[in-house]
Amino acid sequence: MYGASFGNDEDAQAVNKDGTPEQQQHFQDILDADGKVEPRDWMPEAYRQTMIRQIAQHAHSEIIGMQPEGNWITRAPSLRRKAILMAKVQDEAGHGQYLYSAMETLGMSRDEAMDLLHVGKQKYSTIFNYPALNWGDVGAIGWLVDGAAIQNQIPLCRTSYGPYSRAMIRICKEESFHQRQGFEALYVLSRGTDAQKAMAQDAINRVWWPALMMFGPPDSMSTHTEQSMAWKIKRHTNDELRQKFVDMCVPQVEVLGLTFPDPDLKWNEARGHYDFGAIDWDEMFRVVKGDGPCNKQRMDHRRRAHDEGRWVREAANAYAAKSAARQQKEAAA
Amino acid sequence: MSDEQTQGSERKDEWAIFEVFVRPRRGLSHNHVGSIHAPDAKMALKNARDLYTRRQEGVSIWVVASKDIMASSPDEKDAYFEPSADKVYRHPTFYDVPEGVQM
Repeated sequence: MYGASFGNDEDAQAVNKDGTPEQQQHFQDILDADGKVEPRDWMPEAYRQTMIRQIAQHAHSEIIGMQPEGNWITRAPSLRRKAILMAKVQDEAGHGQYLYSAMETLGMSRDEAMDLLHVGKQKYSTIFNYPALNWGDVGAIGWLVDGAAIQNQIPLCRTSYGPYSRAMIRICKEESFHQRQGFEALYVLSRGTDAQKAMAQDAINRVWWPALMMFGPPDSMSTHTEQSMAWKIKRHTNDELRQKFVDMCVPQVEVLGLTFPDPDLKWNEARGHYDFGAIDWDEMFRVVKGDGPCNKQRMDHRRRAHDEGRWVREAANAYAAKSAARQQKEAAA
Repeated sequence: MSDEQTQGSERKDEWAIFEVFVRPRRGLSHNHVGSIHAPDAKMALKNARDLYTRRQEGVSIWVVASKDIMASSPDEKDAYFEPSADKVYRHPTFYDVPEGVQM
């Protein structure tokens, strides 16, 4: 599907970062034909760096994203819910690995990206800096957070970088159950006792606005959109995807018999879309800069997990070295 | 890859990369599905099982150390593949068959 760049002629690759006119034309031809850029094709350095930044942030989001839900595995209300949640969190780990794999074809190693995450030089989605306070949050995260992620990811299946596109196709296929299980969990709560209904409503109230922020700043404020669209990395703007998401969610929340915390949310006949209230972008930028409810907790946990897992990685290396030495000795004997 | 990036991916303690190939079912060939990090080939096989076959995607897995794969490069595309472009007579559509002849 994707993999290392097989850069066995690194000298040839490093010759000219700016590329020859032929190389530049070849790259542009690929984009114009809606083709895929593959690891060993020449690409502008800025394209490579943009791709690394985006894929790394995406991969880190999958890995950090395990935390809020992982928090509920031991407290899931039934064995069925627990099995579902474990499978989902395990998928997030897998999706992180697919994405790191895709990123590595661009010349940045997974360990390097991990280091950059741990020192705060690479980011992850702000949504995971919010806590999962009750069981209803697990449902709301699956339905709204994974729902928003899928909305973002479906057009990314057609992104111009081949390895990223193939990772997204696989992830979207696996992720379709994530959104459904969340909606189903909320549906059950919404048909339950008053307290359960209130729990579901409370979760939706807290998750709705941060979920809308997942599409990124409005087009008017987005610094990367224009270039990313020209390179066919992105296929739709943030605002287009956000609108699509709102239009999809409103009929669904009606089925639940619950509401979104937005008095301005209403159908606009002229536009053929739902209007919705102003998003608090100050809050989003605050959380991006590190001042969200759980930024510190998430990063502390990530670094701790990394440090506490070091002996496992070292032991595996030691074992591999020992096995190799033994095999050599046997072969010599 | 720039020198800087190459150094970044050659950290001493980092596990090597292996390419993973999965046979979806008997009778089909192994397909490349992605890559994996592991300290050796044996562990690569186990890690590949965990990562790439969580939903019965296959009945057999191959892993190959990425560094052992020799690949043609896009710049060599013409040298490698162009000679076959002028051999249209290798395709059945090159030949005229009288109308009414079924073959």
